[in-house]
Amino acid sequence: MRLKLLFLSCLLLIFICTSAFTQDEAVVADSLETTAETISPAPATSLTAIDKPDDHGHGIDLSWELSADDGGGLMSVMGYMIYRATSPDGSYEARSGLLLNVTAYSDVGAMNEGENDYMPDYTDYYYKVRALTTDSAVFADSEILGPVQSFGQWFNWKRLSVLLLVAGFLFLTVYFIQKAKGGAKLFVRRLAGIEAVDEAIGRATEMGKPILYVLGLGTAADIATIASYTILSRVAKKVAEYQTGLIVPCYDPIVMAIAQETVKTSYMNAGRADAYNEDMVYFVTNQQFAYVAGVNGVMLRDRPATNIYMGKFYAESLILAETGVAAGSIQIAGTDEISQIPFFVVACDYTLIGEELYAASAYLGKEPLLLGSLKAQDYAKACLIFLAIIGFITLMFGYHGIVDFFHVAG
Amino acid sequence: MKRQLPLAMVFIFGFLMIIQYFIPHEYSEWVNAFLMDWMMIIGVFALALGLWSLTRVSWDKVRQKKPNWGYSIVTLAGLFLMMFFGFDYFRHFSTAVGSDNYMYIHFYRHIVIPIQATMFSLLAFFIASAAYRAFRARSLLATLLLVAALVIMLRFNPFLGPLQPIMEEFSVWLLNVPNLAAKRAIVIGVGLGMVATALKVILGIERAYLGKD
Repeated sequence: MRLKLLFLSCLLLIFICTSAFTQDEAVVADSLETTAETISPAPATSLTAIDKPDDHGHGIDLSWELSADDGGGLMSVMGYMIYRATSPDGSYEARSGLLLNVTAYSDVGAMNEGENDYMPDYTDYYYKVRALTTDSAVFADSEILGPVQSFGQWFNWKRLSVLLLVAGFLFLTVYFIQKAKGGAKLFVRRLAGIEAVDEAIGRATEMGKPILYVLGLGTAADIATIASYTILSRVAKKVAEYQTGLIVPCYDPIVMAIAQETVKTSYMNAGRADAYNEDMVYFVTNQQFAYVAGVNGVMLRDRPATNIYMGKFYAESLILAETGVAAGSIQIAGTDEISQIPFFVVACDYTLIGEELYAASAYLGKEPLLLGSLKAQDYAKACLIFLAIIGFITLMFGYHGIVDFFHVAG
Repeated sequence: MKRQLPLAMVFIFGFLMIIQYFIPHEYSEWVNAFLMDWMMIIGVFALALGLWSLTRVSWDKVRQKKPNWGYSIVTLAGLFLMMFFGFDYFRHFSTAVGSDNYMYIHFYRHIVIPIQATMFSLLAFFIASAAYRAFRARSLLATLLLVAALVIMLRFNPFLGPLQPIMEEFSVWLLNVPNLAAKRAIVIGVGLGMVATALKVILGIERAYLGKD
């Protein structure tokens, strides 16, 4: 009986305590709300403003420390807004939306006069950060900071590593070109895809069928297309010598104009200028799948003995290559589009993978100037692997300096 | 002069664009925007060349009754009909009114788009036929490819029971370790190849794009 009484007393005690604490919390919360509604919060402090670095101007970076009532104190601050004026006593305009849990903001305006939000450089700006509460009438402004001016920079320091790498690569290229010119023999490994070109042209000649050369969907500004012109030049010269047909359907009109000139010159160099016909290189369309339909039509109607795909390819790569398989053509492909390489590997007889497309010109020409640049590529690759290993090791020891230096942001 | 002028222009503008990349100043951005505008202008002129090429090649086929010349009639009809509607029955040449033309929109939505979608959908069948050829285990490499493909496909198989998490883990490892390593190697090679080719073009070493040897 005594035990039962003790147990019930304990239960009662627990119930009373729990109720009391719950009441206390409610009272505290109520008092906090009342305080927040009536008392202004502490303002943001330590406001700094500097010209946004490594930009074209028209931008200022701001940073501050959170209000004492943000995440502590009265817990009344819910966010911040940035205000700007052109004089300390001028009218301040809001430059940001509500910023939550941040202590930095970039105030970036438009570059051109007449545009909305134009922010002229070399103008004095004054800033303040407003700490806001849930009640729009209750807020606290930081001290006014200014004057601060924005201006454009003449060098992007974030890209210093790129500049150093390009300069290093240029040095290597020039060094190996000079070395090759001096008579040094530079080894270049065999590129089966390029060696197969001659064989494929011979086959086309024997069969009396044309060769189809596809430059891809790239524009004339794409490096892959530029590399493709070199191979086209070689193919056209051989075709002219063997008196075989050549078909070059183009996706881009500028690419077409350049390809016409390339093929024409190759025919002239082969001493067969009379055999050149401008209609060998023609424009189809610049709609991706309409172009595919056009080229597939050529494959199935003219049944070329050899299809050569060199340049930039996207989703159409497999449609083209599989149609070529159905047409029974020998196929040689080369692209720098990583996602398309497996399709070409599967469907074509020979594939130039990635950089092999760029190496083709040096491989074909065997000129010291071109071979030198190829050798420089190999050494640059070795340097990059070395840098990657160094970066990896330093990261393991917690040092981020090297990785940060090579991280190009913006 | 005919040989030297284009090379000099390529050198000047190529070098200018390299420098521009490292200068964020608004003058530098203005130069970039100016040159990009010129590229677009040249592109428009080249489009006229392209249209002329397409028309001439197609018309020659029709005129000489070459094999399959009927397709060329369809090409020419499509080209000129879309131009006719696109220029709002040849009434507006300098405004974009034509793009709202009912027939233009009708042809585009109900002929061009479905045909393009049809071409794209062929990819699914071609992937199947290509996969069939690729996965025949004729050599060690082809067998490895087959095994890797099977693992990746089995990852999504719901009937594997207790094996499913193992497959999942193995396929993720395949994708994130050997596959990604090979991809990165190719990307580094491509990047360097692009820089090398760009330098060769700017320095006048690579001239095939000018129709030179």
